[in-house]
Amino acid sequence: MLTRRIIPCLDIRDGRVVKGVGFANLRDIGDPVDLARRYAGDGADELCFLDVTASVQARPLLYDLIRRVSKVLFIPLTVGGGVRSAEDARQLLRCGADKIALNTAAVKEPALLTTLADEFGRQCVVLSIDTLRTNDGYRVTTHGGRTVLERECVAWAVEGVERGAGEILLNVINSDGARSGYDLDITGRVAARVDVPVIASGGAGSPEHFVRLFRETSASAALAASIFHDGAAEARSLKAVLAAQGVEVRS
Amino acid sequence: MIGVIDYGAGNMQSVVNALEHIGAPHRVCRAPHDVQGVERLILPGVGHFGPAASHLERTGLRGAILDFAACARPMLGICLGLQLLFESSEESPGTPGLGLLPGAVVRLRTRPCPHMGWNRVRPLRPCALLREPTDFYFAHSFMALIREAEDLAAVAQQEDWEIAAVVQRGALHGVQFHPEKSSDAGLALLRSFAAC
Repeated sequence: MLTRRIIPCLDIRDGRVVKGVGFANLRDIGDPVDLARRYAGDGADELCFLDVTASVQARPLLYDLIRRVSKVLFIPLTVGGGVRSAEDARQLLRCGADKIALNTAAVKEPALLTTLADEFGRQCVVLSIDTLRTNDGYRVTTHGGRTVLERECVAWAVEGVERGAGEILLNVINSDGARSGYDLDITGRVAARVDVPVIASGGAGSPEHFVRLFRETSASAALAASIFHDGAAEARSLKAVLAAQGVEVRS
Repeated sequence: MIGVIDYGAGNMQSVVNALEHIGAPHRVCRAPHDVQGVERLILPGVGHFGPAASHLERTGLRGAILDFAACARPMLGICLGLQLLFESSEESPGTPGLGLLPGAVVRLRTRPCPHMGWNRVRPLRPCALLREPTDFYFAHSFMALIREAEDLAAVAQQEDWEIAAVVQRGALHGVQFHPEKSSDAGLALLRSFAAC
């Protein structure tokens, strides 16, 4: 059976790894290539790079970074952040990314999901959803959470999969960086409604949060940043806890 | 020298990076004459069956691959590369595969689909590439249905399905997973191929 995956996420800004709380207050964490190697060595199943650089001018820096990382990284790499067009995605895949995460661009132009799935296969296409918990349900946001849309989260996930997404990366903005646990409600509902794997994101602060995610929802993978950056846990120690609780993981 | 077939949409560069990492001499093959003189051949994978098969046909690589296989030299298909070894695929009805192994490729009926992530691969019989149960990384929505049971060397289990994970007949090998993305286990498998 497929094992549940642990995915360290590296937010990239101007070629460095950064981390913020609720997408603000960024602080420097280190060099992406060094960190990628370390996390892979620590037993990560996959890595995710999200580019949070504001300017388009900095794209060549990201391409160069992906090229360098892919030469030393022999686990899958998803790259997202600022992917605006099929050509952006093509460029990243050529540089060595295995999957492309689309967020704002997919909301603006949903057909992009289909275009990329037709060209590269749906296993390359990740629909990244930043959702905000509000009084009237979970809403889709764009531009790193700054724009809140009418669109409802589960409906958008279902539509995204119909259009070609092969995986859903579900980030709950209220939980991002808060270390209070994954949002099991929306993660469970999205995972129950789509056939593709769902990656939970936002809120991981302790091994118990991963255990609860995998025991209480059918999410395929857990994405986290701070817990790894701060050295509070590493993939291997997390997996030991998960395995002891009966969750199947890659040893 | 290992030839790596480049057919456009594949993840050829990841395979090249892995071969560089294990120190295996290699050459990217974009045209039939590139295949001449290589001792081993890798057909990487990612993309669609139809466009990939058409590209091989159009560039003459199809003939070069079939000639190479006819000499019983070691060949390895990866993911879509494994699927291309068979006769046809539900992904592109009417487009012939290489037909090196009898059988057809069908859409996966397991959940989740794509079958994406790390799964345990269990050998059914001795095989040069894999000796014991090992975890590898998969990312695919189609699988090969093997017509001759002895071609199937290893399987992965998902729900009630046994997915053809390693196929092998003589020097011809195919793996449905991605050794170039399967960490140390994958690099070890590529080393075994480079030495078989």
